[in-house]
Amino acid sequence: MWGFVATVVLTTLLAGSQGMGMTRMNVPYLLGTMVTPNRNQAKLIGVFLHFINGWLFSFIYVAAFQLIGRSTWWFGGLIGLVHGSFVLAVALPALPALHPRMANEQYGPTVARQLEPPGFLGLHYGIRTPISVLGAHTIFGVILGAFYVVK
Amino acid sequence: MPAEVTKIQDYAIIGNGRSAALISKRGSLDWLCWPRFDSPSLFGAVLDSKRGGYWSIHPVHDSEASRRYIENTNILETTFVGVSGQIVLTDFMAVTSEENKRRALWPEHELVRQIRCEQGKMEVVVEFSPRLDYGRVAPNIRDAGKFGWRIDTGASVLILRGDIGLEPTPDGLAARFVLKSGESVAFTFSFSAEAPAVVPPLGSAIDEKLNLAIDWWRSWTAQSTYRGPYQRQVTRSALVLKLLSYAPSGTIIAAPTTSLPECIGGGLNWDYRFAWLRDASFTVHGLFGLGYKDDAAAFVDWLLHATRLTRPKLRVVYDVFGESPPHEYVLSHLAGHRESLPVRVGNAASEQMQLDVYGELVEAVSHFFGKTEKLDRDVHGMLHGIGEHVCEHWREYDNGIWEERDELRPYTHSRLMCWVALDRLLQMHARGQVRRLDVVQCAAERENIRKEIEQRAWNPQLAGYTQACGSDIMDATVLLFPYHGFESAASQRMQETYARVRERLVPRRGLVYRYEQSKERHEGAFAVCSFWEVDFLTRGGKPAEAHEVFEAALGYANDVDLFAEEIEPDTGEALGNFPQAFTHLGVINAALALRDRAKTTR
Repeated sequence: MWGFVATVVLTTLLAGSQGMGMTRMNVPYLLGTMVTPNRNQAKLIGVFLHFINGWLFSFIYVAAFQLIGRSTWWFGGLIGLVHGSFVLAVALPALPALHPRMANEQYGPTVARQLEPPGFLGLHYGIRTPISVLGAHTIFGVILGAFYVVK
Repeated sequence: MPAEVTKIQDYAIIGNGRSAALISKRGSLDWLCWPRFDSPSLFGAVLDSKRGGYWSIHPVHDSEASRRYIENTNILETTFVGVSGQIVLTDFMAVTSEENKRRALWPEHELVRQIRCEQGKMEVVVEFSPRLDYGRVAPNIRDAGKFGWRIDTGASVLILRGDIGLEPTPDGLAARFVLKSGESVAFTFSFSAEAPAVVPPLGSAIDEKLNLAIDWWRSWTAQSTYRGPYQRQVTRSALVLKLLSYAPSGTIIAAPTTSLPECIGGGLNWDYRFAWLRDASFTVHGLFGLGYKDDAAAFVDWLLHATRLTRPKLRVVYDVFGESPPHEYVLSHLAGHRESLPVRVGNAASEQMQLDVYGELVEAVSHFFGKTEKLDRDVHGMLHGIGEHVCEHWREYDNGIWEERDELRPYTHSRLMCWVALDRLLQMHARGQVRRLDVVQCAAERENIRKEIEQRAWNPQLAGYTQACGSDIMDATVLLFPYHGFESAASQRMQETYARVRERLVPRRGLVYRYEQSKERHEGAFAVCSFWEVDFLTRGGKPAEAHEVFEAALGYANDVDLFAEEIEPDTGEALGNFPQAFTHLGVINAALALRDRAKTTR
């Protein structure tokens, strides 16, 4: 349940930071275009995929809480920070290799109707992208840490 | 030893859709920025022959040089003919399809230089003298034995390999050797940001790479559906645009250089290695008109992505990934091209206000999506926002298309493009592509802009449309009224305006100044304006005159059909950054207008 809530907040924060002009990164669009090139459908499918991702990652957080025998907001936040850093430093730069519609920085001169690569720390999607990703994932962890009860 | 000082028109360009190099008529590579167009230079002799760095390959003894691109490619061949023989220097960056790249390891960037002796024998000298970070760093070039020569820059590694040995010199590396008929020598220079670096092979692999590059460029050129006048120049212009496009994002930069002067010895030196929204509608029109739909689609995707952060407000200029270019600063250690100072990096135009960009964007989107394609929610939202923004702000003063830095003015061209933005939005609404538009407000403001231009930009004493409302200065942008559908080229007012343009802005057939201030500033004629004149004459039903102007203008291209931004009217010398996308878009769009005119009158 808290995984769902935390994912709702995470998705909302990322969408909000896009709306506020902090980043161009639209996570549902990024994920949805792995499945379809249709922009509108991609966003819908992407929201669904992001929720699945959020739930799956919640299990990792829960496993960490169970391992140390307690869950606190700050420990959840710390895992979120590590999670966000991993997304920025490893997952996003590796995305062009996994994403069927994303160019990489060695792409060219052939052009195709492709998505731009995120680059290191997602900086190609706006210089404040790292702030929005780190902030959203930290809050994701804080929610899970604060509300999950270790059994 | 310093590099030879070379005039702008004596350069040619090679590239790979992510970076570009300039090579002089005497075989000197004098400009290269890796990994991106806007990265600091590795060779920069074009901006300082002593400190910039260069890589020259040429005969030791006197020779005549001529050059050409291999047909329908961006592979440059320079032929040196001397008393003892003839050699051909082939320069290119390795390119191939993404499928081929997945089959073998390719360096992130690779530049190949091959020298082949075709007749007799010739002694050749090679001088490799890179200077990193815009000439600030003389790099440590390490001998890696069979793996060539390595330069570690910290974040990346550069590898030079060659068929013959090079010797270290105080400036870098050098070699001197004799080539006999039938013999050839090749060098490969590569960039890798990731370790382990890919070490490119030599021998038969060089010929394979040359063939792959020829195949790739020819298959791209073959996509063109253009069959019409000036085919050779239109094809070359398309190939230049392709070299200036940044494939990972789809954008097209204005030019691959910085600070090539608009006036030799003067200070009009700017960094053009970024993408200007000013070029957007011409770009989509040109690419679409030639049949390069994938390239046009990639460019529009970039437009939509790049403008995302600031909508509805738009910036004037963006970097290849849609960020604001770095703040402008001066490289005071460089002497400048033929002592034209300062050398600037970054671009302050990013902080300017130019109202014409709204019309450019809406026109590009409208042209791209055509009359029937449905717009998605994102595009829809953007168009709504722009419509409201234009209605609210079109009366403001701005810096105008020419990015004047002295004061803001009510530029006619800015108002024209605001009219274009609202006009195209209303057309898209009428076709059912844009819904929920405030049609009453947009139509009213469109009419207000028309009245403003017709009443305040028209100068009755002068009998012509002028640069700004209430001005008496002529500006070549008034030639674009018919192109954008604002007023017919055959109208009395446009004919009178054209007569004023001819009187005040045309120093000789085929050349047009962008505005009257050009003469005081000692800048050249603005090359794209010549092609706007061709377009104007074509739309005005004077194709014969249009052809005359077109041919005169094409006469100012260099020996391989490349144009800079400007042309010095007395000497015909190229001025400004080189080669220039805006000028080559002008060539393409004027040729398309002539072709379309011929089709309709057939």
